[in-house]
Amino acid sequence: MSGTTPEWVLWEEHLRNGAHWSGVVKRGTTLRLMALEPGANVSVALYNSEQPLERYNMADTLKAQHTVFLSKGNACYSDMGRVICSIADDTFGWHDTISGVSNAKLVKEKYGPSSFQKQRNAYYKNGEDSLLVELGKHGLGARDLSSTINFFSKVVVGEDGAMKFAGANENANDFVDLRFEMHTMVVIASCQHPLDPSPAYRPRAVHLIAWRSGPASRNDICRNLCEENQRGFYNTEVLYR
Amino acid sequence: MSMKESKLKTDAALMNTVVPAGEPWLGTVKAGQYFRIVDLEGNQAVDTLFYNAADVEERYSANDTIRAQGNIYLTAGSKLLSNRGNVLLSIVADTCGRHDTLGGACSAESNTVRYSLDKRDMHSCRDNFLQAIACGKHGLTKRDLASNINFFMNVPVTPEGELRFADGISGAGRYVEMRAEMDVLVLISNCPQLNNPCNAYNPTPIQLLVWG
Repeated sequence: MSGTTPEWVLWEEHLRNGAHWSGVVKRGTTLRLMALEPGANVSVALYNSEQPLERYNMADTLKAQHTVFLSKGNACYSDMGRVICSIADDTFGWHDTISGVSNAKLVKEKYGPSSFQKQRNAYYKNGEDSLLVELGKHGLGARDLSSTINFFSKVVVGEDGAMKFAGANENANDFVDLRFEMHTMVVIASCQHPLDPSPAYRPRAVHLIAWRSGPASRNDICRNLCEENQRGFYNTEVLYR
Repeated sequence: MSMKESKLKTDAALMNTVVPAGEPWLGTVKAGQYFRIVDLEGNQAVDTLFYNAADVEERYSANDTIRAQGNIYLTAGSKLLSNRGNVLLSIVADTCGRHDTLGGACSAESNTVRYSLDKRDMHSCRDNFLQAIACGKHGLTKRDLASNINFFMNVPVTPEGELRFADGISGAGRYVEMRAEMDVLVLISNCPQLNNPCNAYNPTPIQLLVWG
């Protein structure tokens, strides 16, 4: 993208072949996850980069906002009652929070055997190993791996509790904007969703774009989604006073 | 909702103990043993985590468990999977009907978000977990506190994606019984939450039993 990058962009990353990535995104930065093709999945784990024992908490995120999925207006909570990031914009509308990620066994059973020796960098990756590799770069490991958010994947729950994969993004360049309210270590795996029914291994390319947006304003839609979020944003601001 | 009763008799149990309202419990159940939790007075959430007793890095995984069974609720027949895809325990009897996997554990910090900033001083499940593991015997730390099971708690999710904490569907004397498929460490907080209907606003004791 060099040469065409607008001035407001801090940095960009291109993820292909189901690549994984990790890095620190500071408070006041927005990270856009862009699905370059339909059918993407971006699994994300989040840690306070200054104190990684504080991390994204699925249950606290869901129960504060009385939702099982995330979209524009929602906040992603840490286990310490703070907002790690909030979803300032979103063209998809339903991001899965409950399904976890694929692992080596699942990928082998679903797509068959694969190896670097035969396929070079097109070898089959799985969500768990991808996240563990990135966590290892920061001194973290399996004990630190809990729930992820699976962006661009919709999983619905029936009245009887049954989970159903209801599709991924249908448009090229669908995006979700994560505005970071805390200094955060972001860990990403871009391989397919574990419930994706397609028998073909074909992770979609994903583009990351970061820019300085500032944290949520007083009248922000995420902050004011519910009283719970107003208190969560307050708890977060106290940390940076 | 399916109900399945156990044939095991209380007087044959190897262990039979009561955990008072709001207290933690940490113990081991060996492979092949049966572990029963009884909701003595009804509508009491029992926040529970399981670990492989021989290697606590292997632990209950909510996401792997619900994805593998294709359903967010636990009941008789559910297999509680670890983060390595192994079965820690199987639910063999259940007279409540379903149990929550998504609501997690209350904490001082999440209480400030969910209820009001001045609720930080109220007792919570995550404080219970931390107190129980502070003995240091098993090498557990906060890193190991992943999403827990809430036995007897009712957290319905609608097809539209709404998640609620609803009035309980359990009652006095209802129980859930599991067979350990490996030696497991059990970490329980008998939930002290007073701000929502998960304990009917009145936390009560539970009974734990183990059969050989």
